[in-house]
This record gives sequence, C-alpha cells and structure tokens, in this order.
Amino acid sequence: MNPGRVWEMVRKEFLQLFRDPRMWRVVFIAPVIQLLVFGYAVSTDIKETATFVVDHSGTRASRELVEAFTASGYFRVVGRSQRPADAVRALDREEALVGLVIPVDFAERLRDGRGAAVQLLLDGSQSNTATVAQGYAERIVQNFGVRHGGGAAPAVDLRERAWFNPSLASRNYNVPAVAGAIIFLVCLLLTALAVVREREIGTLEQLMVSPLTAAELIAGKTVPFAIIGLADVLLVTAAALFWFRVPLVGSLALLMFASLLFILSGLGIGLLISTVSKTQQEAFMTTFLVFMPTILLSGLMFPVSSMPELFQWLTLANPMRHYLEIVRGIFLKGAGVTAMWVQFLTLFALGAGVLGFAASRFRKQVG
Amino acid sequence: MSAQAPNDIAVAAQELTRVFGSFTAVDRVSFAVRRGEIFGFLGPNGAGKTTTIKMLTGLLAPSSGRGSVAGYDIGAQSEMVKRNIGYMSQLFSLYADLTVEENIAFFSGLYHVPREKRAARRDWVLEVAGLTDRRTRLTGELPLGIKQRLALGCAVLHEPPILFLDEPTSGVDPLSRRRFWDLIYTLTAGGTTVFVSTHYMEEAEYCHRLALMNRGKLIALDAPARLRAAATEPLFELKTDDSLKTVKLLQRMAGVREAAMYGRAVHVAVADRAQARAEIPRRLKQEGVALHGMDEIAPSLEDVFVFRVREAGGAPVD
Repeated sequence: MNPGRVWEMVRKEFLQLFRDPRMWRVVFIAPVIQLLVFGYAVSTDIKETATFVVDHSGTRASRELVEAFTASGYFRVVGRSQRPADAVRALDREEALVGLVIPVDFAERLRDGRGAAVQLLLDGSQSNTATVAQGYAERIVQNFGVRHGGGAAPAVDLRERAWFNPSLASRNYNVPAVAGAIIFLVCLLLTALAVVREREIGTLEQLMVSPLTAAELIAGKTVPFAIIGLADVLLVTAAALFWFRVPLVGSLALLMFASLLFILSGLGIGLLISTVSKTQQEAFMTTFLVFMPTILLSGLMFPVSSMPELFQWLTLANPMRHYLEIVRGIFLKGAGVTAMWVQFLTLFALGAGVLGFAASRFRKQVG
Repeated sequence: MSAQAPNDIAVAAQELTRVFGSFTAVDRVSFAVRRGEIFGFLGPNGAGKTTTIKMLTGLLAPSSGRGSVAGYDIGAQSEMVKRNIGYMSQLFSLYADLTVEENIAFFSGLYHVPREKRAARRDWVLEVAGLTDRRTRLTGELPLGIKQRLALGCAVLHEPPILFLDEPTSGVDPLSRRRFWDLIYTLTAGGTTVFVSTHYMEEAEYCHRLALMNRGKLIALDAPARLRAAATEPLFELKTDDSLKTVKLLQRMAGVREAAMYGRAVHVAVADRAQARAEIPRRLKQEGVALHGMDEIAPSLEDVFVFRVREAGGAPVD
C-alpha cells in the first residue's frame, strides 16, 4: 500500500465532501439535532400524568390520598366526578391516562383496619407510560397505607436504590447510545455513496487504470469517514456532557477506542452496500433497509432482554448491540476493558470480518 | 520484462478474446502497434473496440489470448502496465465537483508526478486546455469540448509512453473534434504511442494505421491510404433526382456489389467498370430516373469499411 496515493484519495474525498455546503449540516449539525430529539422527546420517564379522580368517599382520608398522588409530581388531576363512567369516558377520549376510583367505604375500612381498596384504571394502549405510572401509583398507595394503617409496618420492607443511574433518568441511558446510531448511519451512508457515486459518473474506471490498487482505493474510501465518525462521537459526547449533563463516569479514551472498533463495522457494511448498488439512490435505500433492523435489534430503544429468544440470538451479530453495551457501561458504570472484554472482542471480530468480506467482494468487482 | 514483444512494439495482442456468456465481444484479435504510432481502432458501436481497450488497460481480464503493453504482460504485470499508460474514455472522467486545479493536482499525485515538476505540468495542461484564467472554476461548469481537452491533459500529466483514448471525441462538434486532434498531435510530438478508438470515419484519416473492427473481429489492418487503395472494386457516385428509387433499382441489378445513399448522392460498387458505365444509365432512363452525373471516385474509408465487412461475409452491427 502506497501512503502517498492513499493520501491523495483521502484529500480528494474531503474536498468533495465539503464542496457542497449542505454536507456540513448533514455531517455535523444533524447529529446534534438527533441528539436533542432523543434527549428531550424520547423519554420513558413520566411526569404529571393526566389523572381523573372519582372520589365516592369524599373524606379527609380520601383527599389525602389524592394529595399524595399529586404531591409526588408524577400525577396531575385533570378532572373529578362522582360517576365512574366519567373516568372511563376521560380515558376513552385520551383526556386522562389514569383513573383513580376511591370507594364509599374507603375511610371507614381504613379506620377499622379492615384494609381499604382503591381502583386504578390505566390506558393500556400506551403500555410504556401505563406500566411506569402503575409502578409509581403502587408505591404511593403502599406508603399511604403504612402511614394510615395504625403504624404496623409491613413484614418485609423493600428499600430500592438504583445504582449507576441513581435518578433513574432515561436520558442518562439514552443520550450516550444515540452516538452509536449516529456514527453508524454516517459511516454507512457516506461510504456507500462515495463509492457508488464514482461508479455512476465513470471515475471509478479512471481510478482503476491508474496505479491506485484496490486496497488503496478501499483505504481512501473509508479513512475519511472513519475520521468523520470519530469527530461525530466527540461532538455528540460533548453535547451529552455539557448540554444534558449526562455524567461520564468512565474513560473518554476508551470510549473513542470502542467507537473506532464499531466504525470498522459501519465502514464494512457501507462498502458492502456499495458493491450491491448500481446507483446512489439504490445505495441510499439499501442503507436504510440495513439501518432500521440494526437499530431495532440493538437495545437502543427496546431492551434486548425483553426480546423473544430468537431475536436475542440475532442481536449477537449486531455490532451496535455490543457497542451500546460498552457505551452505557463506560458512561454510567465507569466500566473498563476488564469488565467488557467480551464486548470489545466481539466488536472487533464483527468489524474485521465484515470489512474483510466487503473488501474482498469489492476487489473482485473492480480488480 | 516480457520477452514476447520486441523493443519497438508498444502494444501487442495475440488471439485476444473476451466472451460474455454466449456473446463473443472480441474474437481472436491480433495486432502490433509500433512505438510512436497513432493507431486507430475503427468500427461501429458494439464492434468490440472498448472491450479490447479494457483488456489492454487491465480493466477486464481476457477470456483467452495474450497481450502486452510497454513490454509488460497485461495479465501478470498489470501494475507496471498501469504506470506506463494514460487513459481517457468516452465517459467523461474528471470530478465535476472539483475545480480544474484540484483535478490536475489529484491526478498528478495519483500518478507520482515528481513534486518539483508538478507546477510546470499543471501550467502546461492549463495552457493546452485553454483554462489558464479559469483554473479555479468547477470542472462541471465547463463546456464539453473544454472538459475533454482537460481530461486529455490529465491523462498525460505523468508523460506516459502509451496513451489509450476510447472514443475521446464522442458527442463533440466537428470543430472541437478537429482541435482535439491537433492537440493529440501536439501531445504526441515527443514520440508517445496513441491507441485511439472511434466510430467517426473522418477521424480515422488522422491515424497512421487503422484496424477495422466488426462484430468482435479484426477485418482489416493497414494505413488509411493503403486500405483505400486495396479496395479494388470500382466505385461510382451517381447524382439523380430520386436517390431512394435509384438505390432500390441498383440493388436488384446484376453486377452491382453494393448501392447505398451517401448524402444526397448514391455510391455504387460494381464488378465491372465498363459494363456499369453502359448498363446503369440505360436502366435508370428506362425507369424514368433523371441522371445528372456519374463519376468514378476514390473510395472513402466508409466505403472501404462497407467493402471489407461484405468481404468478411457479415453485415455491420448498427
């Protein structure tokens, strides 16, 4: 491999990439916007869930229970009524997500120590929010019972403490992972398009009659996008740290190293796409066909542990799954190579494998 | 170094063949191009010209047969072949989104033009392409004729001993074509070998020697003047008031080898000169066609091509 020729290719790729002023936005602004969207909009935390209260009891005790709900900050009363049908209608119209029904004998049974019951109606069509709301409601009612149940504490008291992410903020969990999605897309798309564009306009042939070898061509077509991918990791990490105040417990250097391993896969798949696409449009479509399942099977949005077993096995071949485990480990736990060497090794093996396969296919096509 | 080619042979092909599935694009083609020669590859589209050039430049592996370029085997020593050739194809192959200067710099680097020579080579290319005052313009904004001059300049930046041009003037107006050929002559004054393919007959006249290709086969190979001289059958040009009818009539006449429209006139190749002079005017008069003139003419390369194709027993591919 001749470094001089590779350098000429790399320089040319950068010149071409940024010749179009829109590319700056695509490569550096779009990732930040994506991060903001994930950071703000995609939150699985709940706050001020719309709640409809049907209080048949109308006592001081029942009012205290409602007060306990709203004081938590998780629930907000959007309506009150004496008829249960009104709560159902509010749920149907999506005016409320939660209905709280307190029976007539609530205060009485509480006072007598017979055990009072309240009903919680949840809009199951929004299963995520409903599940989380249910959890909070259970805790509020339990605490309320302890305080009003004549002082008798439950036999077993569960004291929870979330390690690594004490506030259980989903943002701390999601934001670092977005970096993975972004650099994957950047590497995939830029590599695939850069090769196919040359094929489309005929310059690839011009390169192949020059002394440039296939390996040099591949290097010239991947190194620039690896650099851009790493720059994006830094950019997104900086935004996560300074804008969202996500704590970075572990090492930044290790994060960059893991990103480099992950980028190998992105470049490899991008190159592979370029070998099966004749036009830029085709390459674009194929990129998104590959990108979607990679995201869905990565654990970015849906935890791998709750997938059907077959899909859990499939995720093992997904480089993003391993990368996200590393990223979250570094950000939240401060984990190092000793704790995650399996993920590091797998990531490297997948990257080297797919890049090697793509390179050999590409060589056959142009050589 | 390959021993098969003597020193004064720049490009050689021996039984070079390329098969695509059941289609034979190039069929056992053999020739030798001398050093410093402008060697033309002439034939209609689909005759196998581009496929032959792709094999010689290492873009395509031959199905069988051998070839050598600058003394290097095209299969085993393709890296050395690539260092010794310049290549420009019918597909315009510079980067439209780079400026004129950036394109020149890129190809200088790719072909290892020594650093101290780069500025001089760049200025030279700018001058021959007439782009000295437009060096920072995007290449995509230039007119096609200028782009092709620039592409040719970039192909010879590294001063290759052999230059391959695959239909370089395709799609350019006749005046630009003419100027392009002047440029080729200028570039090759220093002894560069030029291997050029074209389907423009008038361009073929610029070549020292011509190879006529049809349906993957080499059907003739000689200097243009000798090719014309070797087309021995007499050729007449007829001026009539109804060319179409004339062609139809002549094609049914005995002793007529070929009759075709040639502009507004009709060219007719015959077996016997005297018989034609007597028979043709009589026949036309009989059919009511007014004959304004009938002169024996020297065959053009197009006539030669048609003649050779007929001799080889096949119709040209269109």
